[in-house]
Amino acid sequence: MVFKDAALTPEELPKTTPVPDPHGGRLPTGVSLEPLGVHGELTSVARGTALEVERHIVEEEGLSVDPLSEDLMVVNIGPSHPAMHGTFRLKCWLDGETIVKAIPEIGYLHRCFEKMAELHPWQEIFPYTDRLNYMSSFLNNVGYAMAVEKLLGIEIPKRAQRIRVILGELSRIMDHFVCVGTNLVDLGALTNFWYLFRGREEIYSLMEHVSGARMMVAYGRIGGLMRDVHAGFEEEARALLKSLPRYIDDVDRLITDNRIFIDRARGVHAISPEDAIDWGWTGPCLRAAGVAYDVRKAHPYYDYDKFEWQVPVGTTGDVYDRYLVRMEEMRQSLSIVEQALDDLPDGPVNVDDWTIAPPPKDAVYNTIEGMVAHFKLTFEGVQVPAGEVYSYTEGGNGELGFYIVSEGAGLPYRIHCRAPCFAIYQNIGQSLEGCMLSDIVAIVGSLNVIAGELDR
Amino acid sequence: MTDWTGIGISLLKAFLVFFGVVNVVPILVWAERRGSAFIQHRLGPNRVNIAGITLFGLVQPLADVVKFIWKEDYVPSHANRAFYVLAPVMLLIPAAMTFAVIPFADDLVIAGRTIKMQVADLNVGILYVFALTSLAVYGIVLAGWSSNNKYSLLGAIRSSAQMISYELALGLSVVGILMIYASVQLDDIVRGQGELLFGILPKWGVVTQPVAFFLFLAAIFAESNRLPFDLPEAENELVVGYHTEYSAMKFAIFFMAEYMAMVTGAMLIVTLFFGGWQIPWVESAELKATVGEIPAFLLQLGAFSAKVLFFLWLFIWVRWTLPRFRYDQLMRLGWKAILPLALANLFVTGIVLYFT
Repeated sequence: MVFKDAALTPEELPKTTPVPDPHGGRLPTGVSLEPLGVHGELTSVARGTALEVERHIVEEEGLSVDPLSEDLMVVNIGPSHPAMHGTFRLKCWLDGETIVKAIPEIGYLHRCFEKMAELHPWQEIFPYTDRLNYMSSFLNNVGYAMAVEKLLGIEIPKRAQRIRVILGELSRIMDHFVCVGTNLVDLGALTNFWYLFRGREEIYSLMEHVSGARMMVAYGRIGGLMRDVHAGFEEEARALLKSLPRYIDDVDRLITDNRIFIDRARGVHAISPEDAIDWGWTGPCLRAAGVAYDVRKAHPYYDYDKFEWQVPVGTTGDVYDRYLVRMEEMRQSLSIVEQALDDLPDGPVNVDDWTIAPPPKDAVYNTIEGMVAHFKLTFEGVQVPAGEVYSYTEGGNGELGFYIVSEGAGLPYRIHCRAPCFAIYQNIGQSLEGCMLSDIVAIVGSLNVIAGELDR
Repeated sequence: MTDWTGIGISLLKAFLVFFGVVNVVPILVWAERRGSAFIQHRLGPNRVNIAGITLFGLVQPLADVVKFIWKEDYVPSHANRAFYVLAPVMLLIPAAMTFAVIPFADDLVIAGRTIKMQVADLNVGILYVFALTSLAVYGIVLAGWSSNNKYSLLGAIRSSAQMISYELALGLSVVGILMIYASVQLDDIVRGQGELLFGILPKWGVVTQPVAFFLFLAAIFAESNRLPFDLPEAENELVVGYHTEYSAMKFAIFFMAEYMAMVTGAMLIVTLFFGGWQIPWVESAELKATVGEIPAFLLQLGAFSAKVLFFLWLFIWVRWTLPRFRYDQLMRLGWKAILPLALANLFVTGIVLYFT
């Protein structure tokens, strides 16, 4: 490759403006490529008008009408747009305000989570999981920890289980707060957003007291938790149980029966249970479509089957049902938190195995076994036996799965995260066709697509 | 002989009204921000101060204005420069001119000279208002088109469709009022509302034309592009709609025009349906005889301002309560609900007036 930019005179410069080929090497019909002297080695130029290129994309994507004769308007929603919470892009062809065709483009927030995980000891992956669905980071911690624990074949102490349930359910409430709040903001009802975010701040304060961080808690650990909860945790959590229902009720009273909201949400983006299952939907969106599938009920973990709670389901799977399901799930989660708090046993929060959880400081400083265990754990990490496992929990948006392959070394061989958002977002292009431009914001908001989890 | 005093008084009135309305805008912005904070469990702006004096955050608008003035006045290279610059002005001028016909107190008699408390008592009155509010759509369309931005264009299209549709509803809903008070002059309409109905109720427009009031209220919300009808801006769909590409003072002018439209709306509601400057159950002549000319004027001005402020607060209150319509729903509401209702109301009013 030759870079010769200094010696070029104006006459030597290529006559056309060099642009990078936007279609990854596929050539539009009737478009030729020719080398452009010096620049030809660096980039090729698609010789065609913008309209020809446009027509090519449309042909390629199977649009039934001619974009040129029908006067469609191309509008990019995102990657930087007020309603795209996170960065993803929807390229829409509009006929008036009606969407004729929409092509989603993802990957703007790709952070190589899975590749990074292969380069880090098992224990050090927790901060990366925080950043998957960053609205409910502790649920990701739990999901990942459970997968590794499954491979290790250990069961964590009761107290750790209960704390995971309590903080996990509070994280779910936060997740739903954000989803419902931002969804309503996109519909123009900003006040609800503030009601819910106030509640979210209160939960964040509890998270901060427990873990030291508000959003990216990284509080889970293989074999238990980072540390036991602070004294006064129970009182704080119970105070939340008193204050949070108020915010939910406020929003409920303000918006649930609002005629404008019902008009905007009812029947918008409705999906049949069969379609939802076919597309791999899980979580609140699937339940809104009428399928009572919740990992916590279907495959109970951490005594979810012992708590008394119900799975709310919708009937049509439209935006309104998703809203209703989330509102009810928050109440159910609060009930679970209350039951878990009533039944919070004393005891350790980590497994009593010094090859997995670090030994107590007393043992590290005063015994040779403790010192050795600490040393080995710090330098070599948790040694996970060879094997592969798929473990799944109910995340904020649906089934959060971790598929883990271990070679028996201190690093994972491969970790795949089954992100619920990714499945839910799959059919967005097809399902948006025929909707209005304004519906996009309602739909994307109600799907609760979190870019961090979508792109990983 | 030229009546120099008369011209002077007219100019003074024009200046005072314009000055007053322009200054209401920053206060409204403050009220909006503090009001929304009050509704939403927040504090709102309360930190900006001059030597420690915050005045409940009232210094904030001052800081905002300073900021707007010092921001770079940026014109995008792809915009049509002439129309791009013209658009905010086209929006502001009609918004500022509407106030000319709004009466804000009874005639003042000083030294034998009768001063109308109204910048101009036009004989076309309400028609002048409608004519000017229709002009506002040109500013918006120009802004959206000249910005050469798709979001702006969509906002402009929405806006023109919305304003034209609701203009019709707005006009029709008022016709009942014009029939009852038998005038299009706003001054006459306000005077007509000073009487009592059945000896107990003030003969306000809202009493004589309750249906028209609600239709007018909905239409005026749509006209001023406020939630739930703020589709031309629709922050979460169209970024900010027609003024996406505007910054600095040009943006501030759009902002001002929007708030001025809000003030116009509130003043029109008060003038047409809530008796204007009339104090209920108190006759203007009696009041003047009791407390004197100037105090009566001040009381009436106060009554008018209080009513207007209430409706301005209603604008703010509604904005922070309701979600936004969708484009097709908005059109349906305008053409299939408000318009037929306004026509029916007109019909009933006509029949009642014929038999009484």
